[in-house]
Amino acid sequence: MLKLIGSRLATAVPSLIGVVIVTFMLTRVLPGDTAAYFAGPAATAESIAEIRTKLGLDKPLPVQFVDYVSALAKGDLGSSLSTGQPVAAEISARLPASAELTLAGLILALAIAVPFGIMAAVKQGSWVDHACRLITTAGVSLPVFFTGLLLVYVFYFKLGWAPAPLGRLDVFFSAPETVTGFYLIDSLIARDFETFRAALAQLAVPAITLAIFALAPIARMTRASMLSVLSSEFVRTARAAGLTDTTVIITYAFRNAMLPVVTTLGMVFSFLLGANVLVEKVFAWPGIGSYAVEALITSDYAPVQGFVLAMAILYVILNLLIDIAYGVIDPRARSEA
Amino acid sequence: MHGNVDVTAQAAKTSETPSGPLLEVRDLTVEFATRRGVVTAVSQVNLTLAKGETLGIVGESGSGKSVTSYTVMRILDRAGRIAEGSITFSGMDVAHAPESAMRDLRGREMSMIFQNPRAALNPIRTVGRQIGDVQLQHVQADARNVKEKVIDILKQVRIARPEERYQAYPFELSGGMCQRIVIALALACRPQLMIADEPTTGLDVTTQKAVMDLVTELTRERGMSTLLITHDLGLAAAYCDTVMVMEKGKVVETAPAERIFRDPQHPYTRKLMRATPRPGITLRDLLPEEPAVSAAPAQNPPPQSEARAQAASAPATKVLLQVENLVKEYPRQGAPSAFLSGLLGKKAPPEERIFRAVDDISFAVLKGESVGLVGESGCGKSTTSTIVMRLIDPTAGRISFAGEDISAIPAKDFAHHPMRRRIQMVFQDPTESLNPRYTAERAIADPLLRMGGFSGGAKLRARVADLAEMVGLPQNLLERFPHQLSGGQKARVGIARAIALDPDLVILDEPTAALDVSVQAVVLNLLEDLKQRLGMSYLFVSHDLHVVGLLCDRVIVMRAGRIVEEGSSQQVLDAPKDAYTRELIAAIPHPPV
Repeated sequence: MLKLIGSRLATAVPSLIGVVIVTFMLTRVLPGDTAAYFAGPAATAESIAEIRTKLGLDKPLPVQFVDYVSALAKGDLGSSLSTGQPVAAEISARLPASAELTLAGLILALAIAVPFGIMAAVKQGSWVDHACRLITTAGVSLPVFFTGLLLVYVFYFKLGWAPAPLGRLDVFFSAPETVTGFYLIDSLIARDFETFRAALAQLAVPAITLAIFALAPIARMTRASMLSVLSSEFVRTARAAGLTDTTVIITYAFRNAMLPVVTTLGMVFSFLLGANVLVEKVFAWPGIGSYAVEALITSDYAPVQGFVLAMAILYVILNLLIDIAYGVIDPRARSEA
Repeated sequence: MHGNVDVTAQAAKTSETPSGPLLEVRDLTVEFATRRGVVTAVSQVNLTLAKGETLGIVGESGSGKSVTSYTVMRILDRAGRIAEGSITFSGMDVAHAPESAMRDLRGREMSMIFQNPRAALNPIRTVGRQIGDVQLQHVQADARNVKEKVIDILKQVRIARPEERYQAYPFELSGGMCQRIVIALALACRPQLMIADEPTTGLDVTTQKAVMDLVTELTRERGMSTLLITHDLGLAAAYCDTVMVMEKGKVVETAPAERIFRDPQHPYTRKLMRATPRPGITLRDLLPEEPAVSAAPAQNPPPQSEARAQAASAPATKVLLQVENLVKEYPRQGAPSAFLSGLLGKKAPPEERIFRAVDDISFAVLKGESVGLVGESGCGKSTTSTIVMRLIDPTAGRISFAGEDISAIPAKDFAHHPMRRRIQMVFQDPTESLNPRYTAERAIADPLLRMGGFSGGAKLRARVADLAEMVGLPQNLLERFPHQLSGGQKARVGIARAIALDPDLVILDEPTAALDVSVQAVVLNLLEDLKQRLGMSYLFVSHDLHVVGLLCDRVIVMRAGRIVEEGSSQQVLDAPKDAYTRELIAAIPHPPV
């Protein structure tokens, strides 16, 4: 197992190097002159040139790249021009917000989609199966900003069940002491149950929005892979040996059906990180997505590079986790390593 | 009963009425709901199985033999249902019993072993736990002693090092070992009835013998009754007390095993009997008796024995294929790649890194001769034929074909080499080897279009029609797609495609392994006729010595990449010199006639 983790990490290094190069190049070829943007509309040519020299943008590209990489090696991602804050600090402050939202949405989606998919496969052609098809179709066809706005309209505006969609915590509460950066976990560690309740209330509607989007692929994949496993020969053997339905479905069929579901999960997680940008906008969520979009609009290099790099590292970790999950579930994957 | 203390209530009940049969099936009719309406898979089947008796159900594909056995255990899939009739198992009405009662019965009182043992086991659960699941389910063990009991049953099915194998996954075990695990699963409790559904299909003959002997011994020891479902009459004859022959969902004949072979009553049984390859017969003997053939043998192509005599008497003049010192090595699975070990500066000794699939073999095929390449799976026979076909490159050695050294041409270039026309192949699985989106006509035309210089039109159609006629494929079937053809018809398409370019050498890779015996008989005869007519040579790759003996002039027996024996078919089959060949021949079950 350790060998597997080691080899996967080693193969990730070239892709991370590629990401560093490509993001650097991409941000330089983007239209828009950073120096001119920050000098303001009334700036003279001299002041623009002065800013350019200050930012190091007058140097040739290879020199800029060497500067960037050597700073990166020290953990310095540069500073944002619009906020003046170091990018590393901002990302580490905002990443937990996005991660908490995405994970909450994903766990919620899993909790609903997997049992639903199993039921739909076991009782193929029943009302559960038809309901599954209906919900998954709705889930993929409704865009997240629409479901988000709809949920806000219903639960906040009409019913008043949900708090105002304004960030991670109501203004009357202060954020719990940072341990993990996840408000739900941090408030529990601090034994501050009021804050926990408030954070949960803020999180609920955006997480449901993401879950509706993530539900469809997970439920469909669970159903399809359960169906194929249920018709396989070893399930027939298990039935012929008189094992109970629960044992056959959970221990024999579902564990085998999980492999494609785990793969889908990785893909869904990356979709969700993308979908996050819109959800964060709708719910004024102080996440990493909205931060990156604002930086991109103002040609603010450092945050964009930092964002892409953070995402790339996140994907590498995610894929590693999926590979490990594969190894845990399937002994054949273990032995191939 | 057999000194067993923990006899279950069910078993105790049956021992009170020892006179009645264990299993009785009366007028059983099973129907399947399909998209095209209701299909009757089994109709009016009657069978009686006494305690300790072994009944063989024999039939070809579609005869309903598997459906009958699945119905007895009530594990038909959703679409199937019992339309009529009754099944009584030790006094219990199986057809109407509640599902919970059936679940208790399955595995504890009646159990099943399946064909394709590897697929029949959960791939991601250790075999020990799979057996343990069954014992725990039927309260034959509890959490504390389950491992002990599983190891005990593993010992009974002769698994070497059972403590170690307890932790093994199916993919870590050989096919024969997986079948032992499936048997252990079936015997995990003390069932009274064992249903064996083609338990040895896909296993080598020697493994088949070991597995069947084990099943017989264990069931006899426990006084169990057995239903053996098989397409192989020889197997049924060797292991059953009574044989029941089924055709198209109906029972055509039931009789004691020795009588059914000595004196078959039904014409279908006779046809099956004749089609089963056995020692001391010729190819023509496999075909059903036809008055025309027996009345006027002279008008037909020369009988095989005569043809053989001619081939034998004719001086061995022209060597078509000469294989010299052929070697094929593969990196051993699981060994670190050369790149990685090079990186780490470690070098494993060569015998650990390299596996020799073909180990320095030499043989020749003469013009117009058929040579059989026989051996068990993994002996290197398929690798050899693939190298001769020039689909892969040999590690060392020389292959000359019609005087030209074809081993010098890289495999990737050979597809475009003019020599490619002259070596063709018929593949093992007639379904898998045809493009599902090509009609039979297009499939046969394929080599003509690629290498035959044809470009469509009437000339091509005429040639395809000719070929179809040669292989006995009715012209009206040429428009059909593979899924609309029967197994035998697909085999004919495959053969027509192989002979389309008038090759000198045809490599036959177990061309009849996936076919029913009666179809196999026809296809083997067709191959023989075509050889006589077109003067081709055959390299026939097979694991079945009897089949090879019928078609081939010479036989080469391979084991572990080496040739252990080579000689004329008659000599190898009747007076084998090598111990391994003798073992192979002895392992083939055949009717007692």
